Amino acid sequence: MHNRKHYLLSVLAMFMALVANAQEQTDVMRSNGKIYVVMVVVLVILLGLFVYVWRVDKKISRLEK
Amino acid sequence: MLRKSWWKILSFLLLVYTCTFGFLVKVPKLDDRMQESIRNFFFHVPMWFSMMVLFTVSVIYSIKYLRNPLRKHDHYAKAYAATGTLLGVLGITTGAIWANYQWGAPWSGDPKQNGAAIAILIYFAYFVLRGSLTDEEKQSRVGAVFNVFAFFMLFPTLWILPRLTESLHPGGQGSEGNPGINGKDLDPAMRLVFWPAVIGWTLLAVWITTLKIRIELLKDKQEQHA
Repeated sequence: MHNRKHYLLSVLAMFMALVANAQEQTDVMRSNGKIYVVMVVVLVILLGLFVYVWRVDKKISRLEK
Repeated sequence: MLRKSWWKILSFLLLVYTCTFGFLVKVPKLDDRMQESIRNFFFHVPMWFSMMVLFTVSVIYSIKYLRNPLRKHDHYAKAYAATGTLLGVLGITTGAIWANYQWGAPWSGDPKQNGAAIAILIYFAYFVLRGSLTDEEKQSRVGAVFNVFAFFMLFPTLWILPRLTESLHPGGQGSEGNPGINGKDLDPAMRLVFWPAVIGWTLLAVWITTLKIRIELLKDKQEQHA
């Protein structure tokens, strides 16, 4: 549990560094009419959807036992 | 197969690939009527392809039920039809959004739009019909018969009639073959995103369907113990 917290924190720190960095320079995320921002949004939605379906799957597996 | 996980991971990987390369891949410009909206091809069209796969699986289980009336077969047929209908609704909705910007209106009464709407309504009728019967065995039997009818109605509504008349969709009168599969106008780079997208969405839809089936099977088990 403790380990997982640390892991989450480090991922968050990395993400924030990425965002801070993005504001300083014109990067990939701002090229091509910022279309890659949409791409990242779509990926997050997809990830959320899969996590949800995966968890429902696990719950049903537990019921089956 | 119902509880294995490798194909669920595969579906995830294929869809992550679709949702990244769907944006990154270089699309042909042609006369620039489509602009970037051609990328909808990776998202809108696979809905219909997976719908077709799911309805096919559904009708196979309905026929199985008619040959050997096991409740299990009916659970499969019903669940696959339900997810297939969901995909059809998503297909028609995404199509209307795309059409609004490409053809000027969300609904132009295009033969393929009309056909798809009829096909989906027939599947709605499948669920209404089942819901109107109280006896479970009748639900399964009448449902199975209706499902066979619903499946074979897909061919005129989606595959034949839209091809016989002028259509805004590719593949109307005057063009050869299926533009999605063997059309010469489909860019090879786009094919490399399109087919993984079809497989990925189909696997995800199958996964969701298996969850529904497993719940029904659990309910059956509970009833047996009670």
